[in-house]
Amino acid sequence: MKFKKIFIYLAIACCNGAGDVLLKRGMQNLGEIHLSRWTHIFNAFIDPWIILGILFLAGFFYSYLTALSWADLTYVLPATAFGYVITAFLSRVFLHETVSPWRWAGVLLITCGVGLVARGPSLTERPTKDTALGKDSAISRAKEQHELA
Amino acid sequence: MNSLKLWTAIGMLVLASSAGDVMLSAAMKRIGDLDAIRINKGLLTVIGHVVREKLFLLGLCCLIFSFFCLLTALSWGDASLVAPASASLTYICSAILAKFLLHENVDRRRWLSAALVCVGVLLLVK
Repeated sequence: MKFKKIFIYLAIACCNGAGDVLLKRGMQNLGEIHLSRWTHIFNAFIDPWIILGILFLAGFFYSYLTALSWADLTYVLPATAFGYVITAFLSRVFLHETVSPWRWAGVLLITCGVGLVARGPSLTERPTKDTALGKDSAISRAKEQHELA
Repeated sequence: MNSLKLWTAIGMLVLASSAGDVMLSAAMKRIGDLDAIRINKGLLTVIGHVVREKLFLLGLCCLIFSFFCLLTALSWGDASLVAPASASLTYICSAILAKFLLHENVDRRRWLSAALVCVGVLLLVK
């Protein structure tokens, strides 16, 4: 269980950070988008960097959904915050953007916030409500099947 | 003018993606543990469960809209500013929505971490 949490946190963070940086690299090829020619944005889908970025973000999305299925939203969200550290590091190395000391300090504070939440409980405890919810969804599913039939 | 354009795109991105996050979270809680379903019945069953959930599809629409805002914002500003600023503002906004809409137990620890992320964002803009 502990290993599962760490693994899903890392998967979410790495895929998110790498995905954003790859998208930015792709948008550099594309150039600035003007509101008068907004359809230009669809050219993004034939750029290999953008496609790779989207693949990374798809991996992020799957791990994110899996985490949401067994943990609170406010517990899972900070995992994406780990991605900022990776984004800042990759933009410095890979995109050659200047990352000022202030931004590094910001990244550090965000990381502290993430660490704080990650060490707490992952799911709000509400045994009675959970069973009630389960019942509700079972009923609605039965209704849907009835309507289909 | 340019920074106003950039922050408008970031604002729209934040609103759309926190609404999407809250809907996804509610949808996934209704489906149950995806890992358990995948191990017992396979990946296709998981995908089947997920795409039949209306709340998931609605949340996905919000996220697709926010993705286009992200692409636009990235073409106007640095990735090391746009990505962290939008994602962490989304974090604050989603924490508030999770507290009041999903009734999650957002305790002192989680609020403190939300505050740390908020100050972190202010530093990122410097």
